[in-house]
Amino acid sequence: MDLDAIIEQAQLKINEAQDATTLDAVRVEFMGKKGHMTDLLKGLGKLSAEERPIAGQKINLAKQKIQGLISARGEHLRDAELNAKLAGETIDVTLPGRTENLGGLHPVSRTIRRIESFFGELGFTVKSGPEVEDGFHNFDALNIPANHPARADHDTFYFNPDVMLRTQTSGVQIRTMEVEKPPLRIISPGRVYRNDYDQTHTPMFHQVEGLMVDKNVSFAELKGVLHDFLNNFFEADLQVRFRPSYFPFTEPSAEVDVMGQNGKWLEVLGCGMVHPNVLRAVNIDPEEYTGFAFGMGVERLTMLRYGVNDLRAFFENDLRFLKQFK
Amino acid sequence: MKFSEKWLREWVNPDISTQQLSEQLSMAGLEVDGLDPVAGEFSGVVVGEVVECGQHPNADKLRVTKINIGQDELIDIVCGAPNCRKGIKVAVATVGAVLPGDFKIKKAKLRGEPSFGMLCSFSELGISEDHDGIIELPLDAPVGVDIREYLTLDDVSIEVDLTPNRADCLGIRGLAREVGVLNQVEVTAPQIESVNTEIEDIRDIQLVAPEGCPRYLGRVLKNINIDAESPLWMQEKLRRSGIRSIDPVVDVTNYVLLELGHPMHAFDNDKLDGDIVVRFANAEEPLTLLDGNEIALKSNTLVIADQRRALAMAGIFGGLESGVTASSKNIFLESAFFAPDAIMGKARQYGLHTDASHRYERGVDPQLQRVAMERATQLLLDIVGGEAGPITESVSQEHLPKEKSIELRATRLTRLLGIHVDEAKVTDILTRLGLKVSFSGNAWTVDVPAYRFDISIEEDLIEEVARVYGYNSIPTIAPTAKLKMSVHQEQNLTLDRLKQTMVERDYQEAITYSFVDPKAQSALFPDMLGMQLPHPISADMSVMRVSLWTGLLQSVSYNQKRQQSRVRLFETGLRFVPDSAEKTGVRQEMVIGGVICGNRNNEHWTMEDRSVDFYDIKADVEALLQTTSNYSEFSFKAAQHSALHPGQCAQIYRGQELVGFVGAVHPKFAKVLGLNGKTFVFELDFNAIGRKKLPIAQEISKFPANRRDIAIVVEEDKVVGEILSYIEKFGGNQLVGLNLFDVYRGKGIEAGYKSLAISLTLQDQTRTLEENEIQAVVEDILSQLAEKFGASLRD
Repeated sequence: MDLDAIIEQAQLKINEAQDATTLDAVRVEFMGKKGHMTDLLKGLGKLSAEERPIAGQKINLAKQKIQGLISARGEHLRDAELNAKLAGETIDVTLPGRTENLGGLHPVSRTIRRIESFFGELGFTVKSGPEVEDGFHNFDALNIPANHPARADHDTFYFNPDVMLRTQTSGVQIRTMEVEKPPLRIISPGRVYRNDYDQTHTPMFHQVEGLMVDKNVSFAELKGVLHDFLNNFFEADLQVRFRPSYFPFTEPSAEVDVMGQNGKWLEVLGCGMVHPNVLRAVNIDPEEYTGFAFGMGVERLTMLRYGVNDLRAFFENDLRFLKQFK
Repeated sequence: MKFSEKWLREWVNPDISTQQLSEQLSMAGLEVDGLDPVAGEFSGVVVGEVVECGQHPNADKLRVTKINIGQDELIDIVCGAPNCRKGIKVAVATVGAVLPGDFKIKKAKLRGEPSFGMLCSFSELGISEDHDGIIELPLDAPVGVDIREYLTLDDVSIEVDLTPNRADCLGIRGLAREVGVLNQVEVTAPQIESVNTEIEDIRDIQLVAPEGCPRYLGRVLKNINIDAESPLWMQEKLRRSGIRSIDPVVDVTNYVLLELGHPMHAFDNDKLDGDIVVRFANAEEPLTLLDGNEIALKSNTLVIADQRRALAMAGIFGGLESGVTASSKNIFLESAFFAPDAIMGKARQYGLHTDASHRYERGVDPQLQRVAMERATQLLLDIVGGEAGPITESVSQEHLPKEKSIELRATRLTRLLGIHVDEAKVTDILTRLGLKVSFSGNAWTVDVPAYRFDISIEEDLIEEVARVYGYNSIPTIAPTAKLKMSVHQEQNLTLDRLKQTMVERDYQEAITYSFVDPKAQSALFPDMLGMQLPHPISADMSVMRVSLWTGLLQSVSYNQKRQQSRVRLFETGLRFVPDSAEKTGVRQEMVIGGVICGNRNNEHWTMEDRSVDFYDIKADVEALLQTTSNYSEFSFKAAQHSALHPGQCAQIYRGQELVGFVGAVHPKFAKVLGLNGKTFVFELDFNAIGRKKLPIAQEISKFPANRRDIAIVVEEDKVVGEILSYIEKFGGNQLVGLNLFDVYRGKGIEAGYKSLAISLTLQDQTRTLEENEIQAVVEDILSQLAEKFGASLRD
């Protein structure tokens, strides 16, 4: 049999093999110890010394060719087998995954977090203080002496004349300045309490207090910081106005309004230059240092930001409400 | 304070609209809360005179009138008001008039009689609720004049919400002064002259407490006609300022209160006995107030008394016995200055708040008493007639507030505001505010009149300058500060980190009230008495929480009642644990707590469907504890807690310190808390867990690790936690892994016993462990367990 015929025959059988076993039988038939190619090689001895290398080379080339065909067929069969197996493993990738759901932060916390991050960028550190507070930190040191009409405005929850639920986070200013000296930049978020409950008041709500004290802090700088804050918070270049007001612990004092979408001014925070009496109460010389302070209602800002209409929703903890804030 | 715009404009009349005025007041710190027209929208209503008034032929309750409205012919109008009668002046809506509510007046026939218009009541014109008959205008009202013009109804009630410092603006006089400054226009005060005295009657005044009352003026008025009616213009001004007309004496004192911002009081002179004495009350001294309330006075309360008894609470409220009544003939008028310190907080201690106390505690002009007295006397005499006696004035100059002199440094002004304001501008602003100003040595010396109780230091003047200059004219500047890095400690575990862990484990953050229902709390925590709020919003919000559980469980109940059966909530916040060692009587501890109930998973096509159990919430607690990078410091111990299931409750320790609890809520509380199904809770003390361990990297062994599994059988009451930590303790440093992977009870294990399958992983840092070494360690562990826990190797 000539080589070409053998190759042709091998090719035919290789291509007919439909699985690894059959293919291996073909391999043995042609390439095995008793296979056709081995037989041919054995027959070389009968040839002359001149013919032998030429014929040997031909046989080896044929062997390589057949080996190549077997390998390619083997690879083809393995691929086909894998593909068939994978096809059987097809799943519906649109079925929901088996993972945990994600919960969410309370919208009030979310607002506080944002505020902390804005002011954190400016080097304001976060401070906290007690909620059951004494008269010195909640009132006296903030320049609100006993019987001051401003105390009556606070609807304070008293436990006794000197112990109360804090009505404002401003007391944290005092607690901070008692132990740290200027330059100071702090904000203090937290719960505050007023004895009032109706459509627009809850007896507990959240404030964020801010304070900056340094050698030459000015009202113009207070305006700068709050402008930047409000524009960042609402992510809009809002119309903002500063309106003279009164807080016993700041002088001058202002309330800050932003222009709402309905064309009406909305009060969002109170602020001012720290009153010299407040600095004196914590042994800071008001001639050497000046400062500004501000306080904002977190629920108010949250309502404006996320379109919450009812203040009371914040404390009902209805999952259908909370889950909207992922 | 509410006032009539027209009234203000009698004093000061800048050329600006109502809207502009309102904006201006708000931007000057006198926040305008509301603008309300003083009458409804209407037109075509004129002054008329009832010339004839006869009975309607066909209707008992109707009258047929002829009205003169200043035209050639009288007009016929049918009217049903009982007070309609010949001779009175009335408000006539003529044919074509449009009344509030777009009500058009047309020719009509009423029971056969023609009617060409309507006689109007106050309510029909949207002026007041008063619909008892038609309006009776003063007899000198000019016939034919438009009623809007005659009653100046194109007016607006302006409500300003004044801050406590601006007592000087609690009257038209002060508001006018402010508006004058803002617009740089003149203020014209009405002429107030001394009245002629016609009688000699006086009543002497003794200032026993001059520190509380440095000035007191009194005057007797005799033979007044209390039945006289206050003129319409006065009633209208009062009404537009939110005050109802009562009688001429009350009306006049109210008028002066609104006009000058000065409270006055009138006594029935015939009920007074001897001198007027201004003194502090005796403790428990009785006084019946004008509203009929009988009170026992406190000795810190200033009173007006006569020789016998307290007559009135000075500057706060009059007394009933000495008050003016419908039968009073002779009255005694009071115009006094009471010191703010003597009045502050006093009304409140009796649960009172009056227009007078509101002003006196904030400060009334101490120079205004005589003017107020003369103004009130003149107005009264004009209405009620009678004769006025001379004014008696008692004054203690040393106790009167003094004019203050304050220095304002230009450098301080610039430093605090962050801008330079021209010297001339500052001088102008302060001068226009009624302050006496001089400038030298780069500072202003400013004399502040006594009525500006709010100006006492340099910063107050700076605010005045800034306010009139305009806050919005001050630029916005980015602050400058030294770039100093603040202290950061990696070992501080933040609350935010813990919150994030909870959120990632499918918890929603809740915020519950810090005060809770005492019934629920004392059921869960019978041994802890939470702080009681003496004046709570309601009984179910009356005690401070000693744990987050009460609030969280109530939130669970709230959600379960709204078809939310799978609830996973957490909260962070303070709990308030009574502790007499604390100054405020309470320890305020930051805690993190959580609650779960319902299904472990949302209903899902492939995940297991079961209710949550103890090990679900324990896993969440473990996740929180792992954020400390030091989980092995924590241990769980079976324990008892009043709120929890006795068999499903664990204390959580960090070393020897108790840091929290986790467990199933005791089923007996399901009813009182309104809970449905098994509920699990935990609470951790944040301060105790808020420290992280800084990781120190260990060399990784290059030699193979060897796992050996053991299965031991122990009695049921042996707890796994102890067995594992015991193995850990005695396993030596070659024991690098320890894991309980199965707990088995049932076939092959005797009742009362359980089988624990534990894997041990052994590895050495320096060499490959030989089989016999591994076996030795395992056997050592087994014999230790046998000895300590009676553990036997499972067959």
